[in-house]
Amino acid sequence: MVNETIQLNKGLTLKNPVMTASGTFGYGEEYSDFIDLSQIGGILVKGTTLNHREGNPYPRMAETPSGMLNAVGLQNKGIDHFVETIYPRIKDIDTNIIVNVSGSTIEDYCAVAEKVNALENIPAIELNVSCPNVKQGGMAFGVTTSGIEQVVSAVRKVYDKHLIVKLSPNVTSIADLALAAEASGADSVSLINTLLGMAIDAEKRRPKLSTITGGLSGACVKPIALRMVWQVAKAVKIPVIGLGGISSATDAIEFLLAGASAIEIGTANFIDPAITVKVAKGIVEYCERHGIKNVSDLTGALEV
Amino acid sequence: MKKITDFRLIEKKEWAKSTYLLLQSDEPLEDIKAGQFVQVKVDDAANTYLRRPISIHDVDYQNRTITLLVQRVGEGTNKISDTEINDTLNIIYPLGNGFTMPEDKDAKVVLVGGGIGIAPMYYLGKVLKEKGLEPVFVLGGRSKEDLIMLDKFSSVGEVYITTNDGSLGEQGFVTQHSVWKEKKFDMIYTCGPKPMMMAVANLARENDICCEVSLENLMACGLGACLCCVENTIEGHVCVCKEGPVMNINKLLW
Ligand SMILES: Cc1cc2nc3c(=O)[nH]c(=O)nc-3n(C[C@H](O)[C@H](O)[C@H](O)COP(=O)(O)OP(=O)(O)OC[C@H]3O[C@@H](n4cnc5c(N)ncnc54)[C@H](O)[C@@H]3O)c2cc1C
Ligand SMILES: Cc1cc2nc3c(=O)[nH]c(=O)nc-3n(C[C@H](O)[C@H](O)[C@H](O)COP(=O)(O)O)c2cc1C
Ligand code: FES
Repeated sequence: MVNETIQLNKGLTLKNPVMTASGTFGYGEEYSDFIDLSQIGGILVKGTTLNHREGNPYPRMAETPSGMLNAVGLQNKGIDHFVETIYPRIKDIDTNIIVNVSGSTIEDYCAVAEKVNALENIPAIELNVSCPNVKQGGMAFGVTTSGIEQVVSAVRKVYDKHLIVKLSPNVTSIADLALAAEASGADSVSLINTLLGMAIDAEKRRPKLSTITGGLSGACVKPIALRMVWQVAKAVKIPVIGLGGISSATDAIEFLLAGASAIEIGTANFIDPAITVKVAKGIVEYCERHGIKNVSDLTGALEV
Repeated sequence: MKKITDFRLIEKKEWAKSTYLLLQSDEPLEDIKAGQFVQVKVDDAANTYLRRPISIHDVDYQNRTITLLVQRVGEGTNKISDTEINDTLNIIYPLGNGFTMPEDKDAKVVLVGGGIGIAPMYYLGKVLKEKGLEPVFVLGGRSKEDLIMLDKFSSVGEVYITTNDGSLGEQGFVTQHSVWKEKKFDMIYTCGPKPMMMAVANLARENDICCEVSLENLMACGLGACLCCVENTIEGHVCVCKEGPVMNINKLLW
């Protein structure tokens, strides 16, 4: 029997290392016809802000080679709606429900984090300081070490459960940002958010997205994400959650070997809504094949 | 319940741009409402990474089959159209909300389809007929090549045709057909290119007729999870894949 449990700090325990990436899995309910949600390690719900946001105008997506661009722009009904309407519906799903907290000011981030702190069945938040799709959006904080320090230390004061900081790949040295998050009190870091990209319809001579630029995700970003996870895992002592293009158990194992303690799956859910449980199963099979007793032993086990 | 299922291609008919695909499942079909759609997996190639949304053209529970009508517009629809007999297509279904059925059994219903937008109109017509209504079809295309499966439509209700080039039926747009002057309708259902649906919606408003349109916004997940497919409505941005593709024109901003 392979032990799949992943122990992150501050009491955040995952049944297995497979979680879902924010913005790609709704509130989990959208996938309950396809998988037993209790068989995954965690669900990162949609980016949630203090106030209702309508998001960006349509068109908001464009398919690109082995991936896609999105410019959803954090459409959500705000934290109060989440607390009153959505939380009661999903709080008893037997997995870790983690809220992805987004904002455009430090006060907003703190207000949302404080409200989530009061929710008994939410063991962690993922601080999204890396959304490329909103104007004064999170990414303004996420691209400088001082920005990260400001927002993470402020949220740390009002939030006492497990605090994940989600990092932007749109920076020169992601390891420096991870170190800043660690120094400011983050319990773990997750990476990567989407890469800033662009697509053009040559026939119409127009950008394909209403916002012109958007966030790239899917299989095409995997090599970059893997490299960044490797760099960050070498730099910090806190656990690293790896994501970006993961579409199979092999992909997931590569991230674990590069230093991730757990992984998230995003865009691949659109192609196969049952991918998460398949990946979890594939990781166990790999461990069996290689005589590995604990999935957690894979973390950083890359031989170089 | 939504399901991921492999369907086997058992019959195929091809026209210049459109293909009729009769697909069979090994398992009993889920309940499908007229106006719902499927997400078809193409392959793992770089340019056909995401699934492609396609309307359900017909359903046969007894034979466990669904039918799709696919128009070639790019790599994805080309590959789906090139599926060979006995090959399987991986499909997520049924998705979206579907059309509303009129409560009044004597309601006069008209189903307006343009281009490949005729696809969902057939199954809708069939279901309406089973409920005792007498569906009338107004189908339009650029030329007669766009108008396929007309025999099937005729077996369900009266069919009126327009083509832009006059190669079949009356020349002009669907909204210009003389049938609009001759008959009175209580309910319009429509699917087709956006300019056509806008014209139909205007016609409905001018004549105070209830009208539902089936939208074809770009989609990623098709499940209501990613919020990519939104239509701006009087209620703000709503997901076309989940709260649509069928919407009452009263909800739209156009
Ligand atoms: C709910 C729904 C039901 C649909 N039903 C059918 C159907 O029954 N039969 C059918 O043939 N097609 C249908 N479509 C459209 C079909 O999904 C697209 O034509 C297809 O995704 C294009 O893929 P492609 O790879 O062939 O073309 P791409 O290379 O992706 O695109 C080629 C061209 O088509 C345009 N295009 C792509 N997707 C759409 C779209 N959704 N609407 C309008 N233009 C688009 C692109 O802008 C581009 O100009 C439906 C779409 C939706 C959302
Ligand atoms: C449609 C869409 C919406 C997203 N929304 C969010 C969001 O609200 N918050 C966030 O932190 N990341 C968001 N992301 C980024 C993903 O969580 C993830 O970081 C990224 O897509 C890379 O992983 P993937 O390649 O597995 O999808 C979104 C991605 C997509 C495709
Ligand atoms: S396509 Fe993802 S929400 Fe509609």
